[in-house]
Amino acid sequence: MDDFYRENILDHYNNPRNHGHLDHPSAAAEGVNPLCGDELAVELEVHDGVVTDIRYSGRGCAISQAAASMLSDVVKGKPVDQLAQIGKEDVLEELGIPLSPIRLKCAMLSVGVLKVALSELTGEPLPPEWNDPSDGIEWKSA
Amino acid sequence: MAVAEFTTPLDLEKIRADFPILARPVHGKRLVFLDSAASSQKPRQVIETLVDVYETSYANVHRGVYYLGARATERYEGARDIMTGFVNANDRREVIFVREATEALNLVAYAYGRTFVGPGDAIVATEMEHHSNLVPWQFLAQQTGATLHYLRLTDDGSLDPDSQQRLAAIENVKLVAVAHVSNSLGTINDIPALATWAHERGAVLVVDGAQAAPHRPVDVQALGCDFYALSGHKMCGPGAGILWGRAELLEKMPPFLTGGEMIRTVSLEKTTWNDLPWKFEAGTPAIAESIALGAAAQYLQGIGMEAIEAHEHALTAYAYDVLDGISGVTQYGPKPPNRAGILSFNVGKVHPHDVAQVLDSEGIAVRAGHHCTQPLMRRFDLQATTRASVYLYNGRDDIDALALGIEKVKRTFSV
Ligand SMILES: Cc1ncc(COP(=O)(O)O)c(C=O)c1O
Repeated sequence: MDDFYRENILDHYNNPRNHGHLDHPSAAAEGVNPLCGDELAVELEVHDGVVTDIRYSGRGCAISQAAASMLSDVVKGKPVDQLAQIGKEDVLEELGIPLSPIRLKCAMLSVGVLKVALSELTGEPLPPEWNDPSDGIEWKSA
Repeated sequence: MAVAEFTTPLDLEKIRADFPILARPVHGKRLVFLDSAASSQKPRQVIETLVDVYETSYANVHRGVYYLGARATERYEGARDIMTGFVNANDRREVIFVREATEALNLVAYAYGRTFVGPGDAIVATEMEHHSNLVPWQFLAQQTGATLHYLRLTDDGSLDPDSQQRLAAIENVKLVAVAHVSNSLGTINDIPALATWAHERGAVLVVDGAQAAPHRPVDVQALGCDFYALSGHKMCGPGAGILWGRAELLEKMPPFLTGGEMIRTVSLEKTTWNDLPWKFEAGTPAIAESIALGAAAQYLQGIGMEAIEAHEHALTAYAYDVLDGISGVTQYGPKPPNRAGILSFNVGKVHPHDVAQVLDSEGIAVRAGHHCTQPLMRRFDLQATTRASVYLYNGRDDIDALALGIEKVKRTFSV
């Protein structure tokens, strides 16, 4: 319990990678968790099928913000068709801590907005596990 | 800065021994439970009552000719008598068992609201309400064509007299709804004054007592309100609560839920309603829970509601000063002494979820979020706060543990 806020989480929280906005995003999306007010937006820049740049912005708890920062590092430079495989497990692995169901939603906000942005980009429907109205999270493509 | 001295009329050690859960460590630490505003812990006396009902006196109420049916009815109606005394109602027919405050408020919104509020009428609520005492009125306004107005708040989280002045000109006010005590800020509202204000306009006053009834003596006659809702689970009881309402209003109101128990005679064409209070208790009630709510009220009365109020009053003053002395902590709501035992704060820019998570690692339970008061959060431009709420089993050691926990939050997030 005591090492919940591991150094890597605090590092990403205090020094977020890829934070801010892009001048000419190819795709963008936002997510809000009304339960706790966490908000997250993502912008992607894509050239020749590769994510050349990514920016996150938003506000929320250390878990949601650190997860976004970690994920942005993973996504940057990857071909778009590889990103479909990124899932909840990858975020959990990056965070490296067990999460209660409530905190899990904080952690998954960033991968959720990424999925919405990708679906906007590729025109493919949002995978059903990200389209579950029962989880209460509101997604919006920009 | 001087910290308010803490003295209490309560025998804290004895009280804590009544609550089995307080003896169970969390993450290897002593449990510091500071979330009673969400739901309180239960004393042995209440837990044992639940078990005892099921082991000795359980059957459905108001029907059985046999021994157990009579025994269950006697205990259930006995609990109503206890609750009648608990809120100092002058008539047991005015005390309706419900699930909790939410159901009580909805009962008023449906049975009273949809009968006596119509197009062109006005409803007045406040900006500090829990969603339970706001959404039912929004919905009522939508469905009836009435308009909903809000009393606004001052910067310290009290009702703003200016806004009351501004609303004074509104006509056809039929219903005013207000919390006795705010669950997010600890504001204590002046119910007798609001009752006068409502009655001058020919409106009824509905009071959400969820955060008051567990913590201070409630006398519905002295308060002068027309309806009063409370939740048993916040006052050491299980999942049962009451709605108190003036008999003459309850008499005029149609039923809320219909079905068994609330009827006198039913033919295929027509039904006549049962007498108060059963007219509003359709179906099989929460029998054991209602009986145990009576046990909870008796437990609290045994300690003394005045003593509990004095205890929390002193502990809140102490806690407010302690938090005030921690750099980086911002508190919201009125300053003691005009404040109930609810402390709402932020630590630097740390998200309340992270504050609560670090505190949890120290065995400290607090609430983080908007506390079901989103309009209030917006009023103060907040996303969320951390909320520590005290009850009769909390002491100075809990507040000192909270202060140490907050220091850990500050270290973790370099505040
Ligand atoms: C002021 C207030 N009103 C109403 C409620 C709703 O209580 P319940 O969920 O027991 O109906 C609460 C509970 O948090 C509250 O604090």
